[in-house]
Amino acid sequence: MIATLAFYLFAAVLLASATMVVVARNPVHAVLFLILAFFNASALFLLAGAEFLALILVIVYVGAVAVLFLFVVMMLDVNFAELREGFVRYLPIGGVIGGILLVELLLVGTAWTISPQAPLLLAEPVPEAVTNTRALGRLLYTDYVYLFQAAGLVLLVAMVGAIVLTLRDRPGVRRQNVGAQLARARDATLAVVKVAPGAGLTVVPKPEPKPDPEPVEHGHGGHHGGGH
Amino acid sequence: MIADFLATPVGQFVFIVAAILAIMIPVLIGVAYLTYAERKVLAAMQLRKGPNVVGPFGLFQPFADAIKLMMKETVIPSGSNRLLFLMAPMLTFGLALIAWAVIPFGPGLVLADINVGVLYLFAISSLGVYGIIIAGWASNSKYAFLGALRSAAQMVSYEVSIGFVIITVLLCVGSLNLSRVVEAQRDLWFLIPLFPMFVVFFISALAETNRAPFDLPEGESEIVAGFFVEYSSMSFALFFLGEYANMILMSAMTTILFLGGWLPPFDVAPLNWVPGPIWFALKIALCLFVFLWVRATFPRYRYDQLMRLGWKVFLPLSLLWVALTSGALMLFGWLPSPA
Repeated sequence: MIATLAFYLFAAVLLASATMVVVARNPVHAVLFLILAFFNASALFLLAGAEFLALILVIVYVGAVAVLFLFVVMMLDVNFAELREGFVRYLPIGGVIGGILLVELLLVGTAWTISPQAPLLLAEPVPEAVTNTRALGRLLYTDYVYLFQAAGLVLLVAMVGAIVLTLRDRPGVRRQNVGAQLARARDATLAVVKVAPGAGLTVVPKPEPKPDPEPVEHGHGGHHGGGH
Repeated sequence: MIADFLATPVGQFVFIVAAILAIMIPVLIGVAYLTYAERKVLAAMQLRKGPNVVGPFGLFQPFADAIKLMMKETVIPSGSNRLLFLMAPMLTFGLALIAWAVIPFGPGLVLADINVGVLYLFAISSLGVYGIIIAGWASNSKYAFLGALRSAAQMVSYEVSIGFVIITVLLCVGSLNLSRVVEAQRDLWFLIPLFPMFVVFFISALAETNRAPFDLPEGESEIVAGFFVEYSSMSFALFFLGEYANMILMSAMTTILFLGGWLPPFDVAPLNWVPGPIWFALKIALCLFVFLWVRATFPRYRYDQLMRLGWKVFLPLSLLWVALTSGALMLFGWLPSPA
């Protein structure tokens, strides 16, 4: 009874907030509604007894992905008047694309049949005593370990690709090289000079000039080093 | 009679509400007196007296502060997003409190003994960033916004290494249930075999709670208190209380993951007479003292140093330890047996 009520409550909020993601004028509000939708999806997982998936959904999507979304969207300089201007102009093409997607969905939905062999292929149900974290782990790491590793590799390639595309080395940027700073010895930077009273510093003995590995890199030397 | 009443749905509801109050009230008192303890400890370390006027030894100072903050006017900036502006502090404070639902205070003394308690704590602590980022954006102020961006980047960075540290501990436990994490430390606290991870976890906890020396989201000297610069009165107080509640929560997590939770240091006569919740509170207090001690000792990190420490030092180190720990467990056959 309570579970059914909770299901309808979460499902209704989920659908409403998913609609608001699309409809909301302010992109920040759209992302916040997306987060609300994630939460309700996670609550539905909980009702279905999949507590591991529910919490992973919150950790990965709400805790990491949506934060980055929000980060980017908050920095957008959005002109709301301009947004509204384009609405009528883009309505026809948007409507056509939406219509095509709807027709596709309907075609897929009506033509979809479940293969008669499918129930045989399903993994055997999890016994009551096994927590679903353990059951999921066993499935992923024993039965589907190669596919799982391949998915990890795809993500790794995507990550490396993103870094390669965005990393650029601009000339003239002074970067801190902590290793070089820590490797500096006192003799290379400091000379203690005994000066006779009234004589002044007429001759400054230069400290032993050392071959500087990266002259630009630690240009501002030991003064900005380590634990400031 | 009472057992019959507790078996009914209404009785269960009353019992859960009572249990929530029994957890929340000590936590709130703890938060109030943590602010007092912070001022006293900092004062002692700087050879000052600290609060000593309101009540004996200044013990009523937290209440005086609370009353002062409640009497003040809540100012809402004109260009701000009102709803989100008021929601952000409530979110921060609420999140700091709901995490306590899964914390085990003693054997069986836990409100919700769920299978995935560690994940729940990790999820809640990763949500803490929203209160800050929403506050910064809704204030419609550049200082608040800068503070929020800094804080969000910082919390996301250190969450990664906290995640790896938690995985290391879980490998040694074989369960995601917090009570079982504590029980697994009956013979040896994880502090000893996983000492480097304990250090990484504690420093990451400092960064995660925006405490000194990683308190640059607040950065009084450059961005004038950062993300909550526009907040006043109770809305400010909720951020403040949320920060301190998070400190206590992080100390509780450190205690559960590394310091043996409610277990006494040695299972011998005078030590195991002391009830578990007392040991738990003492260990939390010890961690909190280190939080304050660090604040009194270290100057603030520079932003690039903070990022370097998180991504270039802690992340590879904790990843290496995950590999080493799982390798050692497999090699010597120390893997915990399934439940």
